[in-house]
Amino acid sequence: MIAHAVVFYIFSFIAIVSAIMVTVSRNTVHSVFFLILDFISISCLFIMIGAEFLGMIMLIVYVGAVAVLFLFVVMMLNVAQQKNEWFVASDSSSHIPIGLLVSLVIFSELLIVIGGWKYKAELQDSININLNSNLTNTQSLGNIIYTDYVHLFQLSGMVLLVAMIGAIVLTFRKRSGVKTQSYFRQISRERNEGVELIDVETKKGVKIDA
Amino acid sequence: MTEYATILFSEVLKILMLLVPVLVSVAMIVWLDRRVWAFVQKRRGPNVVGPFGLLQSLADALKYIFKEIIIPASSNKVIFILAPIITMTLALISWAVIPFSEDFVLADINVGILYLFAVSSLGVYGIIMGGWASNSKYPFLGAIRSAAQMVSYEVSIGIIIINVLLCVGSLNLSDIVKAQENVWYIIPLFPMFVIFFISALAETNRPPFDLPEAEAELVAGYQTEYSGMMYAMFWLGEYANILLMCALGSILFLGGWLSPINIFPFNVIPSPIWLILKILLLFILFALVKAIVPRYRYDQLMRLGWKVFLPLSLTWVVLTAGYLMYFDLLPGN
Repeated sequence: MIAHAVVFYIFSFIAIVSAIMVTVSRNTVHSVFFLILDFISISCLFIMIGAEFLGMIMLIVYVGAVAVLFLFVVMMLNVAQQKNEWFVASDSSSHIPIGLLVSLVIFSELLIVIGGWKYKAELQDSININLNSNLTNTQSLGNIIYTDYVHLFQLSGMVLLVAMIGAIVLTFRKRSGVKTQSYFRQISRERNEGVELIDVETKKGVKIDA
Repeated sequence: MTEYATILFSEVLKILMLLVPVLVSVAMIVWLDRRVWAFVQKRRGPNVVGPFGLLQSLADALKYIFKEIIIPASSNKVIFILAPIITMTLALISWAVIPFSEDFVLADINVGILYLFAVSSLGVYGIIMGGWASNSKYPFLGAIRSAAQMVSYEVSIGIIIINVLLCVGSLNLSDIVKAQENVWYIIPLFPMFVIFFISALAETNRPPFDLPEAEAELVAGYQTEYSGMMYAMFWLGEYANILLMCALGSILFLGGWLSPINIFPFNVIPSPIWLILKILLLFILFALVKAIVPRYRYDQLMRLGWKVFLPLSLTWVVLTAGYLMYFDLLPGN
């Protein structure tokens, strides 16, 4: 048990410190790396409480995909320049009140969660799922998601799909004059379409692409 | 306290017994890669150091160790040094779940295949970190290309894995191998094996998908600024990843440690040997592809990943699920 506790405290210490470092560190790319470290240590904590499936999915989805996109965006931005434009105090900066509003909402949500944690017994009463301890947690998760909560599951899938289509529609620009390669046209080209034999009269030349 | 110490000691011993052979075989596999490549092109390849040039990799390693490590002045030093370490570590920790026989596996965890998938999806970071921290344009472009490529092909690999998992009904790698006792999954899922093989080439940045280090355009991609031992670590990590992909392919499709036919001369050969033979077979295929196929263009690569492999493997998931459902073959619990 001691080893278990020691490992738990190591991971939670790393998680908290890296979460603080995300907001404190001056370099945005470093912030993203600390965020990744945070994700990894939290998934380790998931694995430690026996939720191995959740831990692995956390690694695959958040660290393997989401954080890579974060990194992409952050690396592409000219962060140093933006720092000068954004964070140097000016009267016309409009994003600070919005940021404050968002952080206030998140803070109150956190308060609600912690409040719920205090009345833990009642929260647990509202969960009426019989867990079979013989099954691995992948199986028991599957049994619940695809039976009791199948509609919610489908609904969240639809929400994600709509978000994806929305992102594509918002960023899609039809550009004219772009030469694209058509594999079918390339492959189905034949000799008589591609090659033409012309007898060129001397000193007359020939017109190409008439 | 002594109890913990003995547990720790025996675990470390086990890990060393796995990692040392893996590292040695990585060195050997580099030699094999170069030899196969040379033979296809009617050259001799490395044949001077040791018998058949077998010690070539050792000589190379010595050279790398004694070379000076140059850290660019304008680089982000911590991340620059961390990048090859991460690549190497991630390439090695995945071997923990590979089952070499029924009871010869370091960690027989329930979600083994997810673990492998998670670790391979972390592999992008070594490359992005290296490319970004170098603070130079070629490494950065190489890193961006590589990250986009690896993320794209991971999607199709994930869906191919789902195909296999549908037939097995378990995420445990040993269970996946045991489920193939009657028939290897390469036979019912042959198209998926082909797609897996090609995606594995792209995932490990092997030719014809080695655009991250396309020397004609990007010097050497993300590893341009690296030298000495740090370069060697990237290199070792890359080959360890290739070996791992071969191991994953042989576990998912070629029946892992199982012998091809369960009759006398074949089933006496110990099971790890079979797995190693299958890994070698897949690796020689990897090496052959490197020698005979020209490099893809980047938009073709992305098209192949998203517009060809993804719909194909998704359709195959539906087909497999429908088939298993209709004939009532779903592995129940």
